[in-house]
Amino acid sequence: MKLREIAAVLNATISCGAERIDDEVEMGYSSDLMSDVLTLDTDNLVLITGLVNLQAIRTAEMADIRAIVLVRNKKATDQMLELACENGMCILESPYSLFKSSGLLFQAGLKPIY
Amino acid sequence: MDPETQSMKLTFNIHGGDFTHAGQPSSEVKKVLKQLGIDGKTIKGIVIALYEAEVNVVAHAWKGTVEVEIDESKITIIVRDEGPGIPDIELAMQAGYSTASKKVREMGFGAGMGLPNMKKNTDELIIESEVDKGTTVKMINYFL
Repeated sequence: MKLREIAAVLNATISCGAERIDDEVEMGYSSDLMSDVLTLDTDNLVLITGLVNLQAIRTAEMADIRAIVLVRNKKATDQMLELACENGMCILESPYSLFKSSGLLFQAGLKPIY
Repeated sequence: MDPETQSMKLTFNIHGGDFTHAGQPSSEVKKVLKQLGIDGKTIKGIVIALYEAEVNVVAHAWKGTVEVEIDESKITIIVRDEGPGIPDIELAMQAGYSTASKKVREMGFGAGMGLPNMKKNTDELIIESEVDKGTTVKMINYFL
């Protein structure tokens, strides 16, 4: 699934990494707990989270995750965007809840990791 | 790079409670390993283990240091902290066991997965700890 399609499904705005909008991701993982994200062996995935702090970006950086959807209408801070851009990540911001976002993406064909 | 030993050394400081800068050492190490042409999967394991160790120091200790040594065949990382120490390392190694504060949990950590995840992502992991003094974690990863 292209990040562009993910943005459309989630009515999301792209706050960083618009040049990566045609990148393909196969799987999604929804979590507010970065400890769990760090245990994943998969890397071509989109992280769907309501955790809006620098550690969400750091976690994605270490785990080689290139795209993050921030849900519940949360906005990335300038510091987060700076770090995300530096690492070539794409950040999407959706007004939907974590449950709704995950459900819509699953329905649209994004695969779960487990 | 030291021409005698063909090794590279990096040192970083970590401050307890400073979540803003947690991950900077891991980020630097990741860049260096990429430049050295180390395989992506190996890098990921190393930086995840180091990042978990950093978060542990920020979450539990007062201050700490990260010493990294990279040679042709491996990377050795020593994370040393001054802090409360770990009274029962075996218990702390169990998935789900955590003493993290509410603040740490709000940051997205403290699920009791850090030490088991460090074990999973390293070839060798040695933890030494003294209550009320601090903890030293030594991690070694061999390059493919």
